[in-house]
This record gives sequence, C-alpha cells and structure tokens, in this order.
Amino acid sequence: MKILGISAYYHDAAAAVIENGEILAAAQEEWFTRKKHDPSFPAGAVKWCLNYTGFSIEELDAVAFYDKPFLKFERLLETYYSYAPKGIASFVRSMPVWVKEKLFLKDNLKRGLKQIQPGIRNIPKLLFPEHHLSHAASAYYPSSFEEAAILTVDGVGEWATASICHGKGHRIEILKELRFPHSLGLLYSAFTYFLGFRVNSGEYKLMGLAPYGNPEDEETRIFVEKIKSNLVDIKPDGSIWLNQAWFSYAVGLRMIKEQKWAQLFGMPRRAPDALLDQRYCNLALAIQQVTEEVVLKMAQTARQLTGSPNICLAGGVALNCVANGKLEKSGLFERIWIQPAAGDAGGALGAAFAAQHIYFDQPRPVLSEHDQMKGAYTGPEFADLEIEMVARKYKMPTHRYPSEQALVERVAGLLADGNVVGWFQGRQEFGPRALGSRSILGDARNPEMQRKLNLKIKFRESFRPFAPSVLSEDANDFFDLEPASPYMLLVAQVKEDHCRNLPEGYNDLPLKEKLDVRRSDIPAVTHVDFSARVQTVHQDTNPLYHHLLQAFKRLTGYGLLVNTSFNVRGEPIVCTPEDAVRCFIRTDMDFLAIGNFIFDKKELTDNIQVLQARAVTFQPD
Amino acid sequence: MVEFLKDLWSFMKARRKWWLIPVILVVLLIGALIIFAESSAVGSFIYTLF
Repeated sequence: MKILGISAYYHDAAAAVIENGEILAAAQEEWFTRKKHDPSFPAGAVKWCLNYTGFSIEELDAVAFYDKPFLKFERLLETYYSYAPKGIASFVRSMPVWVKEKLFLKDNLKRGLKQIQPGIRNIPKLLFPEHHLSHAASAYYPSSFEEAAILTVDGVGEWATASICHGKGHRIEILKELRFPHSLGLLYSAFTYFLGFRVNSGEYKLMGLAPYGNPEDEETRIFVEKIKSNLVDIKPDGSIWLNQAWFSYAVGLRMIKEQKWAQLFGMPRRAPDALLDQRYCNLALAIQQVTEEVVLKMAQTARQLTGSPNICLAGGVALNCVANGKLEKSGLFERIWIQPAAGDAGGALGAAFAAQHIYFDQPRPVLSEHDQMKGAYTGPEFADLEIEMVARKYKMPTHRYPSEQALVERVAGLLADGNVVGWFQGRQEFGPRALGSRSILGDARNPEMQRKLNLKIKFRESFRPFAPSVLSEDANDFFDLEPASPYMLLVAQVKEDHCRNLPEGYNDLPLKEKLDVRRSDIPAVTHVDFSARVQTVHQDTNPLYHHLLQAFKRLTGYGLLVNTSFNVRGEPIVCTPEDAVRCFIRTDMDFLAIGNFIFDKKELTDNIQVLQARAVTFQPD
Repeated sequence: MVEFLKDLWSFMKARRKWWLIPVILVVLLIGALIIFAESSAVGSFIYTLF
C-alpha cells in the first residue's frame, strides 16, 4: 500500500511517501523553493518524493492531507460569529482567501497533482485526517512502541489545540482534547510576539532567551504570578483557560492587546531590533516555566488516562526541548519518543500513517528496538558528478578524498585547528534540526566559537546557543542524559566535572557579560544555565558522522562537536550542493565538505558566479 | 463545484450545525463579491451595488 501525505497552506508545507508503513521519502517545500516556512502547495516536495520512490500518482492508494478544511472553516465562522461585530477587519481579510482557495482544497489538491503529472486520468482517493490526529499518528506509528500515551500540543488545528491519545497496536484512540481559543502554543506565541520575535518562527529564540532570565530574581517570580493570575488559568489536569480579555488572536490581526500587556508587565512590547535587557529575559524565563508546568501536568494526565509507561510527543510545542528534557527527568514515563518533525511538516507524514493504519486498517510493520524514522534522513542526496558540476560553475578547485576514512581524518584535523566546516553529506534531515547531513560544524572547546558562528556565519543574534553532537557512547560522560537523543529534542545539563565555577553574582550579570563567562570546557555548547540541547550520534543511523566524531576524538580526546544547521539567518537549510556552495561563499565558513570533496575558502577566486552569490543580502528571520 | 456542494452537505449532516447554513451562504456571497471587486472590470458594478 502506497500513500502520499501532504501538509500545506498554513506553514511548513511538506510531502511524504510511505509504503506498507515504511517511510520511503519525506521532504519540505522550503528546501526546493528557498522560502523559509513556505506554506504553498508542496509541488517540489511531492515531485521529489515521487521521483525518489519511482511511484506515479496513479499508483498511489491514497493522498492524505493533514487537516479537515471544513472543520477549520466551521471554527472560524463560529469564532467570528461569537465575537461579532469585533473582528470585521480580520474577517474581511481572511474570507476571500477561504472562498477563493482553502474551502476548495480538494480541487486545489487535484489541480496541484495534475500539474505535477500532466495527463493523469485517475486521482487517487483523497483523505483528510484531523490535524491533531495527524500529529498523533506522526508521533506514534514511527516510534518503536507497541503501546503508548500520545500527547500533541500546538497552536491550533481545526478546533483542538492539544490532545491526549492512546496508541495500541495499529489503532489510535483520542481520549481528551483542549479546544480553541485555549491553547498553550498560542500562549507561547503571544509571548514570542511581545518579546519582539516573529510568531511561528521566533518561538525557538524565546526558548533560547529564557535561560538568560534570573531564576532567583523576585521579578521573575512576580511575572509568573502575573501570567497565572491574569492570562492563564492552569487546571490540575493540565488543561488551560486563556482569558481572552488579554488576547486578540481569535478574531484580531495581532496576537495580544499590547497596551494592556505593557501595563501588566511594566514594559512595552520589545521592538524587533531593540536590545534585550534583563526584564525581557526574566519574562522569557517566566513563560518558559509556565509552559513546562502545563506540559508536565498534561503528561501526568496522559499517564493516568492510558496507564502506559511510554509517551510519544508531537505538535509545535514538542519542539520545546527544554520542556521535553524536564518531562524526561520527571520520571513520569519510562520511555519517551518525540517526532523529529514535530511541527506542521511532520503532519504530512502523520496524515499518510493515519490513512495507512486507521482508514485502511492495516497493521504496523514488525517493530524493532529502533524507531522507523531512519534517523530522519529521508530527503534528497546527491552524486559526486553533481558536486563536480557545481564546483566547475563556481570555478572552485576540488580536493577529492579517495576514501571515507581519509575524508573524516582531514575534516577532523581542520575542526581541531579551529576552522568552521560546512558538512553536506547523504540524505537531508526531515524537520527543523540539522542532524549531521546539512550541518555547520566547529570545535565546542573553542571559547570564541559561539560568537564566531552567530555573528560571522549565521548572521544572527549573539545570545543564541548552539547544540552539541556527541558520540552516543560518550553522551553520559558530558551530559546528565539517560536516553538517546538522536533528534536534538532533549535538553540536559552539562556534567559537573566539565563545568567551571561561576564568578560571584553571575545571575545578576547582564546578558552580554554572561556570554563572556567561560562556563565549561565545552563553552560553545554550554548555555548560560549549563544546559545543552544534545544530539546523540549513532553508528547505525549516521555512520559517516559517527566516524567523523570518532576521528575528532582521536585527535582531541573529545567525541563532540558544535552542530548548527547549514543555513544563514532567514533562509531554509541548504538542500542541493549549489545551495551549500552559495551559502559557503557568502559567509566566513573556512571549509566545505560535500560528499568526498573538500573546498577551501582561501582558494576561491573572484569570478562572476562568486560575486553574484556574495551580493545576495540576508533577510530577517 | 458539485462535488464541493456534496462534501459540504455531508459535512453539515455529520456536524448537525444547521444554523451555520445561512452564515456560510452569506460568507460565500460576500467572499465572491470581494474577489470580484479585486478585478477592475467589475469594480463599477460593485461600487453601485454598495
């Protein structure tokens, strides 16, 4: 049975193809169009998935879209109706889009598929599983669990904003739902907006900013109090009630009532490019703490309702790896598994799984101790010839290494010497994290590495932390982390024997001075609160990257590197060798390793292609 | 369009929210007018209508 899953029209459009419950291909539309979070019909991703698998559209048993458009439209109408006459401006803006496009989704999907394969006669059956069921399916079916509690939390789907389900065998039962407008994801997004970041993409920055907040400061405690007593009522079962007097997202054109928030917290909304002072950091910490409290309570309810020792997570909030780390540490569940593409891109995968196992009632394949995600390496890969063609186009001298061993030894040496290396190998990772296929790597021991990567290579804010990739067998030497974290979705503390003593009054230092304090012997990946967002690298899912870490360990004694996604601010992660070369040219990256080739920045000459690549300006993200 | 109306009818039957029918019809009408209004060819017609 062959199924194509699609997510689109909101953000992070994607496509995935599964066959008899096995993931063959999954890709995000932004890789092909080079527009970050591209929401449009994923023509590029669908085309690539079909090309890769060799399936024609007519061969497919079904095409599954990740939510129910009529149900979403019902929610919109009922919401506008209940708030009328408020919301007229938003109504006038949104309805034409619905009447023109979203309401006729079936026709749009058919049209899109026909454009991909002109002349096609029979479009396969179109299915529309609910948004949160798609998330739940993306979390449960690829996991290695025969039975598990499933918790999905995001902004909003149709009506649901969070759900607790029970997965057993090949069935999923929905046990409890939280409904719009009460949403943990939207609450977090509201603070993302107030703190001057962009909604739907800046949530990650807010999470990175939170550790700069001072947990001992009275102001942080007061912020938590204010949030809980004014904005959100947290029930014992983890459901929440958001006081709509403070929010505008239901029918307005903004997330919040800015003036009321400014009065409540005693400061205005931060302008996007304004400096981050301690008050904003404390507020970020306060909302992070509230979020963790809600997630833990929801998980507790999931445990009570299902009795399962296992839990699977998905939905945008499941990308909050700090909350995930707290859940793991809480011991509520024996085993935890998080879908690496937990956001809407993963909905494509979940929709396909839901069609396979729920609609067609097919059993799951035989489970092994590993999950079914194949390390999330489900995207495109490229042959040496394609790399050579790009090198010729940009007149770049090539250095080809005859063996994998020679390549990793050379790259490990470059990294140990303090160089920053672009690492482009094998199939691209599905989801928002780079996991060693499209990564920029550096030496985590280097105290200058965080600043260099942020300011000269990624062109982003200096406060943002970087994550370590560590040999799975060495993870316990560096981090207080029990389970594997192959998808960089768990935050753990750096072990004490790697940490340094902090200067007196560290918590009171301003953000920039905190950054300058050397906190451990792996400073580039140790956040200001001694936490790290760990990726454990496994021999069986990414042998080449594992070999590189082993080679680096032989040279330095550290089986650990800084790993950040291969892109610059405002751009999607690179997909093709040409994307990688363009990014390499435009930044201060020292070397680029693609396939068996290594390119040296010093050998670049100023030819027309290079000058054109350099001339591109960076977009804000 | 026929398929859309069929799907919409099945949806309404399943959800049993009959009170939404007039709301949906009005929205479809207004939405259609707004879309037509984007085109200058029918702009004058819309203008006189309102």
